[in-house]
Amino acid sequence: MAPILEINGLVKKFGDRVVLDGIDLHVEQGKVIAILGPSGCGKSTFLRCINGLEEVQGGEIIFEGEDLTKTSKWREVRQKIGMVFQSYDLFPNMTVMENILLSPIKVQKRKREEVELQALELLERVGLADRANAYPRELSGGQKQRIAIVRALCTNPKMMLFDEVTASLDPEMVREVLEVIAQLAKQGMTMLIVTHEMNFAELVADEVVFMDKGKIHEKAPAKEFFANPQTQRAQQFINILKF
Amino acid sequence: MLNSGVSVLFEGINFMRLLEGLFHTLRIALIAIVISIVMGIMIGMIRTSKNKFVQFPFKLYLELFRIIPILVWLFVIYYIVPVNFNVELSADMVALIVFSLWGTAELSDIVRGAIISLPKHQVESSIALGLSKFQMYRYVLLPQAAKRSIPPMINLITRMIKTTALLTMIGVVEVIKVGQQIIQLYNTQHPTVAFWIYGIIFFFYFCICFPLSRISRRLERKWAA
Amino acid sequence: MDWQYIIEVLPFYKTALWLTVKLAAIGILFATIVGLICSSIQYFKVKILDKLVQVYLEIARNTPLLIQLFFLYFGLPKVGITLSSEMCAIIGLTFLGGSYMAEAFRAGMEAVSKSQVESGKALGLSSFQLVRYVIFPQAFSYSVPAYGANCIFLIKETSVFSGIAILELTNTTKNLMGIYYKTNEALFMLVIGYLIILLPISLFLMWLERRVRYAEFGR
Repeated sequence: MAPILEINGLVKKFGDRVVLDGIDLHVEQGKVIAILGPSGCGKSTFLRCINGLEEVQGGEIIFEGEDLTKTSKWREVRQKIGMVFQSYDLFPNMTVMENILLSPIKVQKRKREEVELQALELLERVGLADRANAYPRELSGGQKQRIAIVRALCTNPKMMLFDEVTASLDPEMVREVLEVIAQLAKQGMTMLIVTHEMNFAELVADEVVFMDKGKIHEKAPAKEFFANPQTQRAQQFINILKF
Repeated sequence: MLNSGVSVLFEGINFMRLLEGLFHTLRIALIAIVISIVMGIMIGMIRTSKNKFVQFPFKLYLELFRIIPILVWLFVIYYIVPVNFNVELSADMVALIVFSLWGTAELSDIVRGAIISLPKHQVESSIALGLSKFQMYRYVLLPQAAKRSIPPMINLITRMIKTTALLTMIGVVEVIKVGQQIIQLYNTQHPTVAFWIYGIIFFFYFCICFPLSRISRRLERKWAA
Repeated sequence: MDWQYIIEVLPFYKTALWLTVKLAAIGILFATIVGLICSSIQYFKVKILDKLVQVYLEIARNTPLLIQLFFLYFGLPKVGITLSSEMCAIIGLTFLGGSYMAEAFRAGMEAVSKSQVESGKALGLSSFQLVRYVIFPQAFSYSVPAYGANCIFLIKETSVFSGIAILELTNTTKNLMGIYYKTNEALFMLVIGYLIILLPISLFLMWLERRVRYAEFGR
């Protein structure tokens, strides 16, 4: 079966500075890929290229058979690729429910009752059904992030992108968010997760991609990568993080 | 037919008279600005005190100039002072007084704002180094406050220059009055002269204020650290 | 203070007050619309239009209202465009006010964090939907202080209308002083007139500012 996402020779530059230098990646449906690497290696930029928040200068991004670098229909693509950001970014002027309903109703033009049912069910699963009418300012960071995930899920995406979603959270709240992501993995959602949480990556990811300075240095099944990193750079990286 | 008006601008000393009128008001504004800067800095520093009794009268003074339009102030000083205090005031004097009071009020607020926006540790480090209050102001606070004050100050100057247009309403012989005299002279021969005179005055003000705004913005951007 | 006189001329002040408020309100309304359009053009960097908007902003902000009014009222008729004094007043206020509003709204829009906009984009929202659901509501709260200050500024600028013979507060006072010489009373009423308009608005704006700040930051 063809992979749901195929990235070939992706090149991204900011002015003259090359940030992504020929990235190749194939992602099969239902797999969870953890993307690791030091700060500034380009992993966030990589994610942002996939859903069109950054323009690319070379290479292809083939999602469900279509080359996204040539598309102009980003609005449709973005309904199929959900993204959750480090800064959660719930819209402060709307309640939790309104945040979640916005895209399904206004962009996908679905019926309100149907979406509400789905939203409530998703909120149940993350344990926040009782906060449906709260405003973001009343919630903790962990709660907001879980709702950001629900908001992205409600558009029924085929793939989810997570950009360091626990990096801004207090340590006590990191777990509740990671649990949600683990649950999604179990349910078979295709996911690309940029993270610093090594233990989590080891447990949940199927495959690990290690990036440095805009290139992929190593790609391996998760257990293998952590047990036996092949490249020197990857070894350095893991050792630094093991206290 | 439009052309018949333009020639007026080049006839005789018309253009010179317009410029004279302009410089007349600019001179008033300039003197008012100098006075405002001197007084404004002093009052600005005084206003940084936390004493409510000190703050209140100055705040009131500022608010009076914020709420009451400058034109109204011009009328008030022009009519009330001579009538009630038996003093003869020329329109130029009135203009100078009002603009100085206005400029001082606004500038004191700018200076005060600049001083209190300075990080507290500047004050604390100065004290820790043993500087006297005067030395602290002179070497540490005022130079930095000055930097932060300059863009808003230029903004105030620009507004003041725009407001000099109002002086025509209390009879100051400035560019608009001169323009109106010219219009009266030439109106029968060149019917469209009003269009050109007001047009050129419009252009004069733009030429003075636009560079000032640009400078203020460039400085703001340069010092935005 | 001749109170008898004040009571006699009260009707004039009432009319003047009403006219001032009316012209200010219409001017503010149109200025707001112009400001919204211009700030959107600038924010989305619409080609060509944004350069035109920039030129407009520079001209409007660097010339006095009085000159704009004189040009409209005395200058334009000479080239065939005659407008009533009230039309000139409203056009002038809109022209000047629009530039101040555009600046206030643009600052407000740019204050909305980039990641908010990106979140909206990632959900598939169109540009229009982004403005309507994400940018505008937040830009609104950020713009309130500047918007309020602009409204007060525009109300004060109505005094300039006396230059083109509109019987708003300042002009009415000037005329009355010319006829009755009761300068103290007349100017006292004038100041009261502006206070009546500006104090409630100032207080309302302070309340509004506090309220939107709470809504944004929960403080």
